[in-house]
Amino acid sequence: MGEWWLTETSMENYEISSISHVAMSPSRHNNLVSAYSLPSCKGSYSVISAFCTEENIPQCISYINQELGSLGLAAHIQADPPGRAGLNAVPVLNAMYELLQIHRRTMNNVEELEREQLKKSSTLEHMQMNNSRLKDQLELSIREKSGLHETERQLQLKLKTLQSCLKTEKDEVQKLQSIIASRASQYSHDAKRKEREAAKLKERLSQLLVDRKDKKLAIEMLNSLGRSDGKRSHWKTAKATASHEAEMFKSLLSDYEASQRALMLENAELKKVLQQMKKEMIHILSPCQPSNRGASAEESQELSQADSDREERSADTSRDTLDQSCEHAREQLTNSIRQQWRKLRSHVQKLDNQASLVQNQQLSNADVIPLEAHEHEVERMRLEVQQCKEFIHAQQQLLQQQLNTSFDDETAAVLNGCYTLEEKERLKEEWRLFEEQKRNFERERKNFTEAAIRLGREKRAFEEDRAAWLKHQFLSMTPFAERMRSSSSDGQSVLSVKSEPEIKRSSSKAPPVKSSTYTTFSTPKSSQSAAVPSTTDVYRTLRLVSDCRYCGLNKPRQESETSRSRSTCGSIIHIYYEKKKVMKANPYFLKAKVRLCGSF
Amino acid sequence: MNFSEVFKQSNQLCKVSPDGKYLATCVQYRLVIRDINTLQILNLYTCLDQISHMEWSSDSLFILCAMYKRGLVQVWSLEQPDWHCKIDEGSIGLVSSRWSPDGRHILNTTEFHLRITVWSLCTKAVSYIKYPKACQKGLDFSRDGCYMALAERRDCKDYVSIFVCDDWHLLRHFETETQDLSGLEWSPNGSVLAVWESCLEYKILLYSLDGRLLSTYSAYEWSLGVKSVSWSPSSQFLAIGSFDEKVRILNHITWKKVAQFEHPAVIDNTKTVYKEIEKRPTVTSDEMSLHNITVASSLFSTQSKYEISPLPVQIPVVKPDPDRANPKIGVSALAFSSDSRYVATKNGGFQVHSLNWHRSGDSLTLIGKDQLCLCYMDTEQDDK
Repeated sequence: MGEWWLTETSMENYEISSISHVAMSPSRHNNLVSAYSLPSCKGSYSVISAFCTEENIPQCISYINQELGSLGLAAHIQADPPGRAGLNAVPVLNAMYELLQIHRRTMNNVEELEREQLKKSSTLEHMQMNNSRLKDQLELSIREKSGLHETERQLQLKLKTLQSCLKTEKDEVQKLQSIIASRASQYSHDAKRKEREAAKLKERLSQLLVDRKDKKLAIEMLNSLGRSDGKRSHWKTAKATASHEAEMFKSLLSDYEASQRALMLENAELKKVLQQMKKEMIHILSPCQPSNRGASAEESQELSQADSDREERSADTSRDTLDQSCEHAREQLTNSIRQQWRKLRSHVQKLDNQASLVQNQQLSNADVIPLEAHEHEVERMRLEVQQCKEFIHAQQQLLQQQLNTSFDDETAAVLNGCYTLEEKERLKEEWRLFEEQKRNFERERKNFTEAAIRLGREKRAFEEDRAAWLKHQFLSMTPFAERMRSSSSDGQSVLSVKSEPEIKRSSSKAPPVKSSTYTTFSTPKSSQSAAVPSTTDVYRTLRLVSDCRYCGLNKPRQESETSRSRSTCGSIIHIYYEKKKVMKANPYFLKAKVRLCGSF
Repeated sequence: MNFSEVFKQSNQLCKVSPDGKYLATCVQYRLVIRDINTLQILNLYTCLDQISHMEWSSDSLFILCAMYKRGLVQVWSLEQPDWHCKIDEGSIGLVSSRWSPDGRHILNTTEFHLRITVWSLCTKAVSYIKYPKACQKGLDFSRDGCYMALAERRDCKDYVSIFVCDDWHLLRHFETETQDLSGLEWSPNGSVLAVWESCLEYKILLYSLDGRLLSTYSAYEWSLGVKSVSWSPSSQFLAIGSFDEKVRILNHITWKKVAQFEHPAVIDNTKTVYKEIEKRPTVTSDEMSLHNITVASSLFSTQSKYEISPLPVQIPVVKPDPDRANPKIGVSALAFSSDSRYVATKNGGFQVHSLNWHRSGDSLTLIGKDQLCLCYMDTEQDDK
């Protein structure tokens, strides 16, 4: 039985290891179980009895001996009797006992190892758990740390802002303090000034109360002045105050009106400018539509629609410009301007973008296109310059022709003459008129002088008549009347006598006229001379008449008929001498007399 | 250019008559009238005390000489040297004295600004105006001489009274929205009155002739405000110079700012900067940074010349003491040219006392303490 057990187990082991190719499973327990279970299933003996059979006993024995030798045991198994299926029991039992010992030892080892393994696995699990736990903890703490960092940062920020606030507040406080200081110094200065003034007042008051000699206020003037505008001053009446008020309001109103007018003008101008701007913007935007390559068709359609809208609105606003003060119109205008401006701006931006795109894409073309335009412009300008030069040249030539009139003098004269022909004609006309006027003037002057002469003569005649009449009147009143009447037939003496006062008067009148150039002082005296009572003069003249010293009166009796003027002249001379005697006069007066004689 | 001999004068009282024919100078208590072409002495008047103030009347026929210490005003006539007029304010004292635009009334401000006495030289009549305000520029006549605006203060409130200069009739009296009015000025066309606050607040109010408030302008708060104000001759612009070294220009239609000019310490954005270099060891540099200035020919000393400084130019700025009242910072003088094309400004503590434009608007004089400078503007017609 034991043999079979041994062989079975070894054979089973051998078979398992050789047939199944299964490495020793990690759980030796299974193997052991399978190994232990094998002996129980003796029915499978036939399957695994391949190791030892009747035939290969010596081989099996040698093999087992080998195995025992490799295990370090005494390999003394022999067949007993040799050649037969029996074995020497003692070595076999020893070997078996050794093998069982080994097996038990290995079993124990296995158990221990398994225990160890269990222990180790449990510690490993434990460690792993710990590890995971610690990892979790670590993560948590890291998160906490970052959170704390964040809070710290925020707090730092807050701290900074608070510090800056503090700084500004400090600055403001300092500023306010300086303001307070300056105000305080100003107040104290003012207060001191007021105190000083009050002290002065008190002093003056005490002085006045003590003094009691009140110097009255007074004004001394040599004479009152006239008002600066020369008018008289008016009484203060209610009408005057009302007129003052009215004037003040008038001046205020005129001022306001002037400023309002200026503002209206400015307003109108600004509105005009805005309108112009709007029109120009419309103009700029509308023809740009076809050149706008980048813009899509719908966009251009939109814009054209907007254009038409704009046109309508512009028509509206043009109607509204009549009603300039209308708020609605003003708002409309500004809104439309703003719209236009926005559109223009967007358009320009688009163009800018396009231009930059084009530049980026086609650098070479970009050079060409502006260059073309540039060339065109330059060409145009050259043409213009050429034209101008030709024009100037032509002008110069003409001018030269003008100056160098080196033809024959006739043609030159004719040429020159034709330029001034019109002027000559005009000048002739004017000369003619001038001559005519001159002639008329001469005629009138002659008439005037004749009239003056006539007037003079008539005046003289009138004066003589008057004198005669007055003399007649006078003589009819005087005691010398009969004497006069006796000589009244003497027309000449009458005339002469008559003429004397007349002449005296005329002479006395004439010098004032003639001596108007002399000082005013002369005239009173001459008037005084006129005021000399005519009676005394007449008396003298009458005496003269009776004396007949100069007899110029009687002589020219005959001549007088011929020329009254000569008689008057003579009598004037006569009176002159008389006057000389009577008034040792006034050189001015005498001079006047001489003049008068000279004039006659 | 020729110079005449030097004449003596005192108190910087030396004025040319409005018609440009005579020159009046004061020497102590004497008033000397010279013909402006020959500088011959035409008249010599003697006043009773040292003359503090002298002014020509608008028709150039009379001169007033005020002696503030004695409270006297004497008026002299040019046509009739024998004519004399003496106004004695009595014990009430005299602080300032001026002519009215018609040249026939004299306005005397008494001491402590108690009242303004209006003396009429035509009728010897006196009128009083009470409560005038003692401020930088409390009285202004309109350019046509019709109206006078006077700042008044009663019961701690500011008022403005508008008088008609004809008969001193009070036309309008209205309260202004100011805390402490510091000055007022008529626009050249006489229809707008600009009223500004003291420097503690930047506020400028615009009133129309009949007393309505047209607009208010305030550029900023709290800092020191308006320092100087000037109208353009066309009444279209109002230039305001302030303590923050900027000039702001308002337009007359909306009364809003249309332009703002700064006076930075480093000039970078103008066209040309002319710098005067003197060959003396102490270099004084007067720099002007205006558009289109050309240099005057070197007519006075051959020692100073102007050269074009390359931009940016650093102006040597003396920082004034900010703790003092009325500090010397800010734009203190403004002048428009007569065609309203240019405005000249003086900022800071430069020693320029006055800026005056020529009538044609082509040249500008800068008068300093001992120096005088003429600047000619480059017009586009002349190609220099």
